[in-house]
Amino acid sequence: MNPVLSVRGLAKRYGGRWSIGQQALREVGFDAHAGELVAIVGPNGAGKTTLLSIIAGILAPSAGEVRRAERGVGWAPQSPALYAKLSVAENLALFARLEQVADPDAAVARMLEHSGLRERAGERAGRLSGGNRQRLNVAIALIGDPPVLALDEPSASLDPAQRERLWEFVGALARAGRTIVFSTHNVAEAQRHADRLIVLAGGRILFDGAPAALLAQAGPGAGADLERALLDFLRARGEPAAEPERYPEGTP
Amino acid sequence: MKWLARKDLLVLARSRLLVALLVVYPVAIALLIGFAISRSPSRPRVAIVDETPPGETVRVGSQRVSVGQYARGLFSQVQPVTVATRAQAIERVKSAEVLAAVVIPADIAARVASATAQAEVEVIYNGDALEQSIVQSQIGSALAQANVGFSKQIQQAAAKVIELLLKGGDLGALGADQKLIALDQIPPLLQRVLAHQPPGPDRAALERVADFARFAAQNLSISKQVLSTVGQPIRVRSTLLAGRRTPLNSFAVVVAVTVSLMFLCVLLAAGGVALEREEGTLARLVRSPPAAPGTGTAGAGGALVSRAALLAEKALLAAGCAFAVAFAMLAGVGAFVALDWGRIGLWALALAFAALAFAALGLAIGALARELRAASLLAFLLSLPLALLALVPAGSVSRAFYDAIGAVSFVFPFKASLQALDAAVNSASPSLGASIAHLAVLTGVFGALARLGLRQLE
Repeated sequence: MNPVLSVRGLAKRYGGRWSIGQQALREVGFDAHAGELVAIVGPNGAGKTTLLSIIAGILAPSAGEVRRAERGVGWAPQSPALYAKLSVAENLALFARLEQVADPDAAVARMLEHSGLRERAGERAGRLSGGNRQRLNVAIALIGDPPVLALDEPSASLDPAQRERLWEFVGALARAGRTIVFSTHNVAEAQRHADRLIVLAGGRILFDGAPAALLAQAGPGAGADLERALLDFLRARGEPAAEPERYPEGTP
Repeated sequence: MKWLARKDLLVLARSRLLVALLVVYPVAIALLIGFAISRSPSRPRVAIVDETPPGETVRVGSQRVSVGQYARGLFSQVQPVTVATRAQAIERVKSAEVLAAVVIPADIAARVASATAQAEVEVIYNGDALEQSIVQSQIGSALAQANVGFSKQIQQAAAKVIELLLKGGDLGALGADQKLIALDQIPPLLQRVLAHQPPGPDRAALERVADFARFAAQNLSISKQVLSTVGQPIRVRSTLLAGRRTPLNSFAVVVAVTVSLMFLCVLLAAGGVALEREEGTLARLVRSPPAAPGTGTAGAGGALVSRAALLAEKALLAAGCAFAVAFAMLAGVGAFVALDWGRIGLWALALAFAALAFAALGLAIGALARELRAASLLAFLLSLPLALLALVPAGSVSRAFYDAIGAVSFVFPFKASLQALDAAVNSASPSLGASIAHLAVLTGVFGALARLGLRQLE
């Protein structure tokens, strides 16, 4: 089966001409297929957002190649990117028209239905709860019907109930054949929802496989705790970000 | 671009307080600046105490000049506040109701007529160094103007007397009922008498009188010009180097409209771009950047809106809105200040180019500032000094500082816009074409800067 998203030899370096540059990504490569839910995990500064930004076309890579499917990649940034003064339906309609969707009204109705925001269609986006704003954020990314969806920490700052509803929505999209690549700090969430885990650290891919495979690599000490397994995995590879923080004596 | 413009209009329509502030604030600032320019203290409020008896005149030969002429001359140079006594005048000065007071003493007519004691008026003023400076320059100038006017009246009266002596006429004013013979008629009259006079001492005496009359007539005829020269030794002739003289009121209107246009345009354009960044939608709209050398982004799909199209949309929207407000303002003020409505097409042309240049400046600010509050603050901090710098007159600062101001004003659109609108409204120089070309270049430069500022989305 042909991948819908193919990343090859991707590198990204920030700054450099007049300042000391920072290498954010090195030789990153992977494929993603239709219906796959791929979680990108790793410590802070690992390059997760940079990788997703390049996949979504926000940033240009310094080297490497991203091959995307015909209708591109839907992009939902960590902070919802929407117009606070417009209603939910107006936001969707605007992006449907900008995406040159054949039937914008039908697309809006469909996305309202899929995102569970039909009841809030007339409400200003700025007045929505955090969860609903994130659902609208994802719905806008989907309005052009892209085969691949890139989500940057979609559940950050949501409460458990809002997270649950968001993952129901995202899970349904994957089951319908959409490829979803998302970054998260919440390893338990990745374990629960992702088919595949990509562990990124220091700008390199250290692991690419099913969550169960990472658990298996960690050995029996981690049990079913993927977070424990990830920390052991990173520590075994000498990743400083995986070391527990040491507080000075007397710190409460 | 159409849908984006529609979205921006919808957002503006739902931000009524912001729109009201965006319109009211620049218009208020503009009107204040215009008011300050058009109502400069060139006609200060001055209390005038006229102690001369009603109908008092100065006698010049057979002519009389009303002392009221002097007071009326003074009234035309200031905003007069008539008070009855010197004490009242002092009170008005102390309470700052007037800038100064002028007391015209009762004996002014007698002193002018005496030609021995110089007439004088008293100027009473108060206040700090600035007020004192204004009084010395403004009141001094007003009194000088009134003096010139009054001396002209006396000079005309004296000229009439000389004319009477030279040409003859009614002597009623001198107390005689008969007509006075003209001085230049005496020599030919005496010649006729001398023709019948036998030689002798009488004839010699008559000949001496005839010579005197001839000499007096010849020299008295130039005394009128001498009087004119003494009254105003040097007359001022003004030469405007280029263009047409712009009335202060019309120029104030042009300044007010340009200031409004600038604030509205710059704030709307800067805010429009910065808001897209702040709401995170900019990346969503223009993503899919060009690939780096040796890389590929196959199948990426195009951006929803190109960066150039996004900037053009914001610029046109800001320029359009500001143009509408500025044009309405100009037309509205035109109802009160005499403007040439036949040039309305040129007004629109100048406003359109100025609006685009200001919008381009706003885009650059919005693209570089990255967030709405920073963009708004930067737009204000930059715009107001630029407007004030462009109004600094030559000679008021050192040459080097003025050149520096000129250079700064040249690279920002305010001065060029002011000149374009002044040329369109008042036919002032430089020409409208030159100013429009300048504005077009500035639009391109600031547009390119804005495009550069949008290159990095994160």
